Amino acid sequence: MAKPNKKTKPAADGVLKTPTGIKGLDEITGGGLPQGRPTLVCGGTGCGKTLLAMEFLVRGATQFDEPGVFMSFEEKSDELTKNFASLGFDLNELVGQNKLAIDYVHLEPSEIEEAGEYDLEGLIIRLGHAIDTIGAGRVVLDTIEALFSGLSNEAVLRSELRRLFRYLKDKGVTAIVTGEQGERTFTRFGLEEYVADCVIFLSHGISQQIATRRLRIVKYRGSAHGTNEYPFLIDSQGFSVMPVSSIGLDHPASSERIQSGIPRLDTMLGGKGYYRGSSILVTGTAGTGKSSMAAHFVDAACRRGERCLYFAFEESQNQIIRNMQSIGIDLGKWVAKGLLQFQNARASLCGLEMHLVIMHKAVDRFDPAIVVVDPISNLVAAATEAEVKSMLSRLIDFLKMKQVTAFYTDLTSTSGSLERTEIGISSLMDTWLLLQAMEGSGERNRGLYLLKSRGMAHSNQVREFILSGGGIQLRDVYIGPGGVLTGSARLAQEARDKAESLMCKQDMERKRRDIERKKTAIEAQIVALRSELEAEKDDLDRILAEEKQRDETLASENLDRVKARQADTAAGLPTSSAKTGTGGRK
Amino acid sequence: MSKKTDIETAPVQDSATAFELALKETGQEYYILRLYVAGMTPNSQRAIENVELICKEHMQGRFELEIIDIYQQPALAKKGQIVAAPTLVKELPLPLRKFIGDMSQTERILVGLDVRKKD
Repeated sequence: MAKPNKKTKPAADGVLKTPTGIKGLDEITGGGLPQGRPTLVCGGTGCGKTLLAMEFLVRGATQFDEPGVFMSFEEKSDELTKNFASLGFDLNELVGQNKLAIDYVHLEPSEIEEAGEYDLEGLIIRLGHAIDTIGAGRVVLDTIEALFSGLSNEAVLRSELRRLFRYLKDKGVTAIVTGEQGERTFTRFGLEEYVADCVIFLSHGISQQIATRRLRIVKYRGSAHGTNEYPFLIDSQGFSVMPVSSIGLDHPASSERIQSGIPRLDTMLGGKGYYRGSSILVTGTAGTGKSSMAAHFVDAACRRGERCLYFAFEESQNQIIRNMQSIGIDLGKWVAKGLLQFQNARASLCGLEMHLVIMHKAVDRFDPAIVVVDPISNLVAAATEAEVKSMLSRLIDFLKMKQVTAFYTDLTSTSGSLERTEIGISSLMDTWLLLQAMEGSGERNRGLYLLKSRGMAHSNQVREFILSGGGIQLRDVYIGPGGVLTGSARLAQEARDKAESLMCKQDMERKRRDIERKKTAIEAQIVALRSELEAEKDDLDRILAEEKQRDETLASENLDRVKARQADTAAGLPTSSAKTGTGGRK
Repeated sequence: MSKKTDIETAPVQDSATAFELALKETGQEYYILRLYVAGMTPNSQRAIENVELICKEHMQGRFELEIIDIYQQPALAKKGQIVAAPTLVKELPLPLRKFIGDMSQTERILVGLDVRKKD
């Protein structure tokens, strides 16, 4: 009945599959569970078997329009309804719509007396009735092993179970059968003997006191499948498996540039800032301002109206907001606007894989343009370095695929070389900024180096990095005969330079005044000389005037004398004699 | 095959009062039994024969036996919490007991039904 429907896609290898609708599980199974066959889901107590099974039915009913029957041997239907309400599944509604049937099978050994030969026809009829009533394509038996504690005749049980599974196959329903993990076997009562098509094993491993849920496909007859242990998460949205190792290196590369929030840093980065979708790493020792750089970047992004997701492993949201206010950045208003979201958790809260799963989910849900991880070095608390590296490379790949610009901070220890990251991931990064404490003259100052920035011409110079009430400022460091100077030494040197130039200026001023004075003196002299000259000229004029007077007087006297002598007046004589006379006197 | 089909699965109080009434009338315990069988298999036939025999011999006149074929009325299998077939349910007197099998082990049934001491 209710068999092959258009939603099932034949896999390349020919096995028809029923999609579970559970995040990630369909990817690692290559399309879902084997259609029309039972699948065994086994694992220890509390590892999520019932949840996986129920979500399979709920997703089937809501997403694939395929009703399902849940036959519970452990929990009553109202208990199930309550439990799954916390995951946002309204089972009552689905039951009301005839998309889900829940049948609680109650087996109370103290009530039951075995009196002769029997079979499990009752159970099969109940199941068949439920399937036929709602036209179910999916069935869950959770967990059928309860029969073994309710009934004592194991021989009958085993043969009847075999018959039950054959019945399910004949019905063509896709079934999940759950089973408790046994000591040496997958299930306590060897259910794997009957359900041989697909076996999924759930575990709840603990390493370094941190629990991680993992899922593994032990067997999938007739189909290729992911063989790793995949971490999975159970949260308010249900079950999600992360096929985190399956990401390849074929992410897109954007040539768009985005500002770092620090104008002078943009200048250092080829004048335009980071590439969108690139990975930026800031390393530095404690207190060099890594988080402040992250805050600047976030602030700039929020100003552009982009969404930011901030994973903080060391500080709480309120603490970060308060601290960043001290450098003039108000992150609180972006949180209020919904542009910025913090995810604060201690690294040791859960396993590394779980962190990755949580990050995946958060990024998928919030769809940010920018992700900050502050700091990645703290993840070592949850696992070994090799594991952290593998996890981070998958995170980097994932974010690059999504074209999310990622900003990682990394605390380097003061003992080792600064130009290495604790976890050895610098090679995966596109831009690497190093913040270094520069010690000298009794103080520590911050220096910023741009160690690498792929795909752009970037500055090779060290800058002094100053945290002020107005945010981060970059200054040129003083490079002079005394070497690189920062902080107060730089200020002192600058003051000295200023004094020197002042002195020089004063010197010039003095010289100018000297010349001025000299000029004035000389000009005075010129005036004096000129007046002297005037005086002499006056003298000369006076003498000339006197001379002329005398000549005239003399001439008139001569004339008078001639008149008196009554000499013949030769016409020309008086003039000529006057002439000669004048000449002779001179 | 079934004598009565629309029996409610015992809101306990109602059954209890009914039982008490019955007890008043007769001064003896009154049995309400249901036998669920799955079709006319050999097991079913044997079970029906055996139960009818036990009832006649040990609680003549103070029992009510209902035989239900769950093939025909599968919904009753769910209501009665039937897993195995055949199943005999002693609804009254309390406590509720279930017997599974072809009812060939008469001794166990009599002990379970708590009828022996009345003889």
